[in-house]
Amino acid sequence: MADNAHAAAADHAAEGTGLVFHPMDQFKVQPLFGGTDVSWYTPTNAMLWLALTVLAVFLIMVVGTRGRAVIPSRGQSIGELAYGFVHKMIEDVTGKDALVYFPYIMTLFMFILMNNFLGLIPTSFANTAQIAVTAVLAFAVFFAVTIIGFVKHGSHFLGLFWVTSAPLAIRPVLAVIEVISYFVRPVSHSIRLAGNITAGHAVMKVFAAFAGLVALSPLAILGITAMYGLEMLVAFIQAYVFTILTCVYLKDALHPSH
Amino acid sequence: MEGSIAEMGKFIGAGLSAFGMGLAAIGVGNVAGNFLAGALRNPSAAGGQTATLFIGIAFAEALGIFSFLVALLLMFAV
Amino acid sequence: MATESHGAEAVAAGHAAAESAGMPQLAVETFGNQIFWLLVALVATYLILSRVALPRIAAVLAERQGTITNDIAAAEELKLKAKEAEAAYEKALADARSQANEIVEATRAEIKADLDAALEKADAEIAAKAAESEKAIAEIRANAAESAAEVAKDTAKELIAALGGEVDGRSVTAAVNARMKG
Repeated sequence: MADNAHAAAADHAAEGTGLVFHPMDQFKVQPLFGGTDVSWYTPTNAMLWLALTVLAVFLIMVVGTRGRAVIPSRGQSIGELAYGFVHKMIEDVTGKDALVYFPYIMTLFMFILMNNFLGLIPTSFANTAQIAVTAVLAFAVFFAVTIIGFVKHGSHFLGLFWVTSAPLAIRPVLAVIEVISYFVRPVSHSIRLAGNITAGHAVMKVFAAFAGLVALSPLAILGITAMYGLEMLVAFIQAYVFTILTCVYLKDALHPSH
Repeated sequence: MEGSIAEMGKFIGAGLSAFGMGLAAIGVGNVAGNFLAGALRNPSAAGGQTATLFIGIAFAEALGIFSFLVALLLMFAV
Repeated sequence: MATESHGAEAVAAGHAAAESAGMPQLAVETFGNQIFWLLVALVATYLILSRVALPRIAAVLAERQGTITNDIAAAEELKLKAKEAEAAYEKALADARSQANEIVEATRAEIKADLDAALEKADAEIAAKAAESEKAIAEIRANAAESAAEVAKDTAKELIAALGGEVDGRSVTAAVNARMKG
């Protein structure tokens, strides 16, 4: 991998004055302390930004609320806002019986939100743009939902695929479609998040490359600024969407008969 | 020569798949526009449906992201 | 489960040198690393949230709810008290007003009684005086009539004497009396 990096750097040097597009370089996982090998325990930039994400969550949710004031300070308000936001989302979308899973959903939301925002810091590393990361998150949700469904309802959970409100003749067809859509869920769930973050960051990088041309640089800066604003929105909305889809899938598991 | 034709095909394919993103944009606009039209007719019911709005937008947008993914794969991975 | 197999797969494929200029996201040799650290981060976040942050915020929110409920109850109580105080004030005002009216009435009645008594007394005095005066007048009148009779008798006697008659006292008196009565 590091060889690639060196090669890329050489490319940079060689192409020098012209337009250089390396929009995907920012997603490279590299060891923090030199070396070339990325084994499973190597401290990498991915690890660094995951750690910073945990730290950010810790700062907001624990340090911010250390006052435990009845009249909240600003920091405490942020933590309470996040708490109330997810709590209400679960109540509205899934129902009160899903509040057992509140800590896990809150973990997903805070983790993705913080990671998305930290990924927007220039030169940082966006973990949520990595398909490996979002796939783990999405498959964890997928397996959790499936297991909860079978544990709670046994074979009745399969009724999710047998649409009783449809005419009998087309039910098998619908069942096939439902099964396929059920198994596509984790794929779309993970690719949506990774794709959105990747797309935003890549577009900003492309704009940044245009800044190399003097004539285009004001436009490039304008474009980056606009994209950055949009990406702030996307960072929040994707965390929200990931969480709310988790709630929707969980609702299917808890109340399969629609 | 053979390599450059493959290269050309990759770029053409990536460009074509970029159409998909534009179409997804139409879809997202459709969702949001219809939501707004409905919300303006019945503003009191709009508040409770924002979750549905976002889910709809997410589903529509995911397909655009898929075509973006195809473009990326063609550009960088194939 | 899937993650484990993913991880194993990634470690296995780790050194099998993937595409050179491809998407970094598809560089399978980094998956093991990413997934391992992701799981560490997720567990850490989960523990932080479920052990510390969420119970704390839930407690704060519950406490706030309790405080708000208490405050509302207290406010309700205070409102009730204020209403009571207002009612008491109104009552006191009404009492004072009625008392004042009573005092006015009593004073008026007293004054009237005094006045009546004084008037009666004055009337009685006036009546007494009038009666006295009448009596005096009657006396004076009686005296005057007597004196007139005396004078008439004397004059009649003198006249008779002057005319050379013999004065018969009794008959003169009778004549004068008859005349006086006439």
